[in-house]
Amino acid sequence: MTKLLLAASALVFAAPAWAEIHEVEPGEGAQERLQEALILAEPGDEVVLGAGRFVLTDGISLDVDDVTVRGAGMDATVLDFTTQAGAGEGFLITSDDVTLRDFAVENPKGDGIKSKAADNIVFYRLRVTWTEGPKATNGAYGVYPVEGTGVLIDSVVVSGASDAGVYVGQSKDITVRNSIAQYNVAGIEIENSRNAIVENNMTLHNTGGILVFDLPDLPVMGGGDVIVRNNLVTTNNTPNFAPAGNIVAGIPKGTGVMVMANDNVLIENNLIAENDTAQVMVIAYSQTFTDARYDPYPRNVLIGENLYTGGGGDPYLPGAEMLLAAFGGSLPDVLWDGLAKEGTPALFAVEGTRGWSLNLPVQGQGVANAQPGPMVVDTPASLILDQVTGAPAELAARIAG
Amino acid sequence: MMSHVGLLGAAALALSAVTLSGVIAAKDAEPLQVSDAAVATQKFPRALSEFGFFSDAAGQVPVPGVVPYQLRTPLYSDGADKLRFVYIPGGASAVAADENEVLSFPVGSALIKTFAFGEGADRRLIETRVLLHRADGWLALPYRWNAEQTDAKLALAGGRLDLTTPAGEAISYRIPNKNQCKECHGVEGAVVPIGPKARNLSHDWLTRQVAHGRLDSVPANAGTMPHWGAGDAAEAEAAARAYLDVNCAHCHRPGATASNSGLDLRWEQGDPMKLGIMKRPVAAGRGSGGLDFDVVPGQPDQSILLHRMKSAEPGVAMPELGRATIDPEGVAAVERWIVELGQ
Repeated sequence: MTKLLLAASALVFAAPAWAEIHEVEPGEGAQERLQEALILAEPGDEVVLGAGRFVLTDGISLDVDDVTVRGAGMDATVLDFTTQAGAGEGFLITSDDVTLRDFAVENPKGDGIKSKAADNIVFYRLRVTWTEGPKATNGAYGVYPVEGTGVLIDSVVVSGASDAGVYVGQSKDITVRNSIAQYNVAGIEIENSRNAIVENNMTLHNTGGILVFDLPDLPVMGGGDVIVRNNLVTTNNTPNFAPAGNIVAGIPKGTGVMVMANDNVLIENNLIAENDTAQVMVIAYSQTFTDARYDPYPRNVLIGENLYTGGGGDPYLPGAEMLLAAFGGSLPDVLWDGLAKEGTPALFAVEGTRGWSLNLPVQGQGVANAQPGPMVVDTPASLILDQVTGAPAELAARIAG
Repeated sequence: MMSHVGLLGAAALALSAVTLSGVIAAKDAEPLQVSDAAVATQKFPRALSEFGFFSDAAGQVPVPGVVPYQLRTPLYSDGADKLRFVYIPGGASAVAADENEVLSFPVGSALIKTFAFGEGADRRLIETRVLLHRADGWLALPYRWNAEQTDAKLALAGGRLDLTTPAGEAISYRIPNKNQCKECHGVEGAVVPIGPKARNLSHDWLTRQVAHGRLDSVPANAGTMPHWGAGDAAEAEAAARAYLDVNCAHCHRPGATASNSGLDLRWEQGDPMKLGIMKRPVAAGRGSGGLDFDVVPGQPDQSILLHRMKSAEPGVAMPELGRATIDPEGVAAVERWIVELGQ
């Protein structure tokens, strides 16, 4: 931003009636100049971040509807939070109809890019990196929309998150696609959310690749209607580095796709390879709970055709050696805990799916009473979930062309 | 780069704004009066002096109609001395509509809070935050005091400065930016006041406001929150719950910044799970400190809530905004409550 422009915007806080481009360059005073541009932007405006490294000591935030924040590319424009001294995340968005594109966030102290109750938001060609690799002291979530309706995450790259690289929580109408998540505890996680498509992503070298969870005691529950398709989910064998207490701290390393306590989840046409514990895991919520609104069981999880290679050869489970011996050197692709809601099948799998079950007798009591055996489930009557449409088409149109 | 048209337009508007404010200043020669235009309509007044809240700015002496008040249990702000004032435009009055909510102030009202460090002649005013009730809702703006202590300038983007707290800790003090004001003051996407609830104001003060016609009535729960600093005289539970309400519940309540956590720390919340008792964290990340539950009765060392209060590290420390140091008295009060929960 030139000095003249800065002077003009400092003097005048009145809104011009036309869309403006607010250019911000890195360098001296970047914290204040960038934050001021984000505050003074009006609906329809674009905040353009120049190439280079913005050294930021505090989180930044956007609370104006219909604003685009655009950098010069996920490797060219870097918001560097390595010396962050305050706030719970790097970049916080609390307004609707926002598009974030073409920049990177590095080493935020808490979460990377968080949107809270921000509807119709697009995350496009963004990178969130904790540059020292997997560490328990890294922030929890990389790209983190929560409580939103209409979320498109496209072509983002996230690594090092001590919880989930891409985490969509308590939201609906979601698409996560064309993205790469590696060296996180969870690669991509859809939690307590409805109507989500996760497609054409690569999740590799995480502790768990793609997670679809529902948890109790939250304002929004009843997660389900999720399609996981055409993803590469491979070698997610990184030791779990999540701080204890977080739900993902319980994920065994070597987990490919994991579904916990959801209904209507379709997993098909994925390449799922070399995940040492389970290529696919379907389980009930593993802890005790008191929330009467909560359903801890998976319901109607559909396992369609997937290409499985390797995997299950080094399970991070109690009694691994005995299990390997019993199953002939490696575990079958699908692990089910054997729990289901009375009268509602937990899962279906297409003919030829190799699976095993822990045959747990009771939810929330751990695996001490497991009676491992072959998985016996029906084949699905249909593999069509018409109700799952993902993010509204308008969001993809915003970044098309 | 802003388009040339935009730049020209901005310059033209700047000119008119300057001219306009000159006219207002000339016309409004009355020095001891709040500028209702600055409070209610002028988009972002650039200096605190434009509001006319004080007859002596450095001394924080308010003009008539700007009324000082205190909270029984205040927010911890690194030990800053906080001077609070409320302005209600002439002829109007506040309404005590819902006793659990903030007094309902009419449009044109302002809440003013100045943060200061140091005693007596050494006192330095650091910042003044104003909440302005306008026709389209509340607006929160931060003002940063100049070195001469003659006036404070609008600091939309916030700022940092080095200072030493009363406890002797050298810190980088954060003046919040306009959006960060809303992070604490936001409910359902709108800016709202937090502090002046009847339960956290003194009965005497409320009674005086009714007598002066600035408030319609004194609610039954007036002054029922404990007086912070009363020490052991306050019940452990009441002290801790008041502290959590004032320091945490502006975010940890339905509709606010941390609603997604499921934690609701408001004074009126009675559900133990919502208060964090044996509740698992949802998005705590490394803030969990390796612990499983927010509050474990009888075991403060196993309680995430206390762990985060005892940290000053960004990403772990709670609240996320508004403090750089640990509040030993707050920690002690909450610890006492958690111990008592186990008995």
